[in-house]
Amino acid sequence: MKIWRYGDNVNTDMLFPGKYTYSCSTADEIIPHLLEDLDSSFSKDVKKGDIIIAGKNFGCGSSREQPVIGLKAVGIKAIIAESFARIFYRASINQGLVLIESPDFVKAFSGNDSIELNLIKGIIKINKKNFSFPKLPKEITEIQNSGGLLEYTRIKLKKKNK
Amino acid sequence: MEMTFAEKILAKYSDEKNIVPNKIVNVTPDHLLTHDNTAAIIQKIQNELDKYGIYSNKMPIIVLDHVIPAATEKTALNHKKIREFVKEFKIKNFFDVGFGICHQIVIEKGFALPGKLILGSDSHTCSYGAVGTFSTGIDRTEAASLLLSGETWLKVPNSIKINLKNKLQKGVYAKDTILKIIGDISASGANYCSIEFHGDVNELTIDDRFTITNMGVEMGAKNSVFLVDDVTIGYLNSIGISKSNYDITYADKQALYIKEFDYDLSHIEPMIACPHSVDNVKPVDEIEGLEIQQCFIGTCTNGRISDLKIAAEILNGKKISKNVRLIILPASIDIYENALNLGIIKTLVKSGAIILPPGCGPCLGAHQGVLAPGEKCISTANRNFKGRMGCKDAEIYLASPATVAISAIKGKITNPKEVLL
Ligand code: SF4
Repeated sequence: MKIWRYGDNVNTDMLFPGKYTYSCSTADEIIPHLLEDLDSSFSKDVKKGDIIIAGKNFGCGSSREQPVIGLKAVGIKAIIAESFARIFYRASINQGLVLIESPDFVKAFSGNDSIELNLIKGIIKINKKNFSFPKLPKEITEIQNSGGLLEYTRIKLKKKNK
Repeated sequence: MEMTFAEKILAKYSDEKNIVPNKIVNVTPDHLLTHDNTAAIIQKIQNELDKYGIYSNKMPIIVLDHVIPAATEKTALNHKKIREFVKEFKIKNFFDVGFGICHQIVIEKGFALPGKLILGSDSHTCSYGAVGTFSTGIDRTEAASLLLSGETWLKVPNSIKINLKNKLQKGVYAKDTILKIIGDISASGANYCSIEFHGDVNELTIDDRFTITNMGVEMGAKNSVFLVDDVTIGYLNSIGISKSNYDITYADKQALYIKEFDYDLSHIEPMIACPHSVDNVKPVDEIEGLEIQQCFIGTCTNGRISDLKIAAEILNGKKISKNVRLIILPASIDIYENALNLGIIKTLVKSGAIILPPGCGPCLGAHQGVLAPGEKCISTANRNFKGRMGCKDAEIYLASPATVAISAIKGKITNPKEVLL
């Protein structure tokens, strides 16, 4: 598992350049351009199970769900940041990409530490130290448990139209 | 309990009495805005659309503005699919290529009204607080779900109060004001929050307020709002909407804010956001003299008639520097026509400007004025992110239309106060 480390205010243009927004919408089209203007090695070297650790306001800028779809498709296990921008946060809930907001963890992480992530218990471990992160409200876990927002809406529509 | 603007609106739309920050509520917005991304949105739900249809044909507002006229076969095909969708589902509010930028249309056509709730699959949907609407951006998947079901969840935000006092000096504009505020608060300083502007706002026109609320998202805000006053009511009257058509929502006097900021408008100087983040803000004076190659006046932030007027006043009888290109886009066809009638377009063209059709143009880097490596552009847009104008090795500086116009004449970044005083 590799840890990809980035700073504050990583915006949606860095995650997926705006010039491609109307030519790429499927995961296959998106993946080669992921983080293109931020880190040219990312899309080549990223592996399933990798984690991104970043600073404040990750995902700020445009409403752009391609990076979320792309990061989920390449198998990013979680993005851990000091904070996230709100549209990116919602988009991640909608696609089932795991985001963890933990400023304490990000500040304590030195870069070389080995980390363990337990999503069920809501704990990240650096060396032996535990950092817990809060569970999401039940309205949101319901969406995630359905497999994302569209699945959730499909189930609702089916029930309603019975 | 005394409530903020956001709390009151969300209480009204969710029918919940006990509204406190962080509570999650279900709402049905009055409108859902989508643009060129409508093609990608409907692609996600083709089966469901066939089976269940859409929730309402009055809720969506669809505006083609981002890459217009189509730049490639792919964008042309997207536009075509959107037109077919509009026809099939009898979408009431559709604005094809050439009408203007989506946010301008929503306000100009009177969809955004005081006390209403609008969601849009575009981050600058937060603009409609200019007329007292609660509005915010969502993603494509959520827009797809809203098309089908008509409802979604929102978290009740904390609110920030910004008190403005006194008047702006000559040569200083709404754009300088919001840049100054974002520079102070930072790109994440208002994350998840609702921003309310209070105080001496009477001198700020709806155009000014639009510029300010448009950039709320650049400090992370969920929404940004000017509470309704005579200026709002007067503006709505001017577009043919009388008071009986809307229900104004005010914040309560004793509402709780997590932060308050005070700004004396008379102390603000022309400001500029330097590469590559919107909160990297400096007084124009600090980087005066920097050579630029492209100048851009337009976008949902500053492509209105008042902006074009300011540019024309400065460019009147002058030529732009031979070392720069000046690109100008009116934000809508109505603004374009108005500018034509007032002789503004003639002045701009004579000075050497290139007028592009009403739309987003070079703002998102897809076409019409992409930058080359090493080039610098001074723009009236709202974002200067690396790569935003199509090239990651170019630089974007954000400023007011006056600063951009005078800089186009000099070929380098220049403080407009020097010519306007
Ligand atoms: S003008 Fe620019 S910021 Fe405004 S909607 Fe168009 S692309 Fe977005």
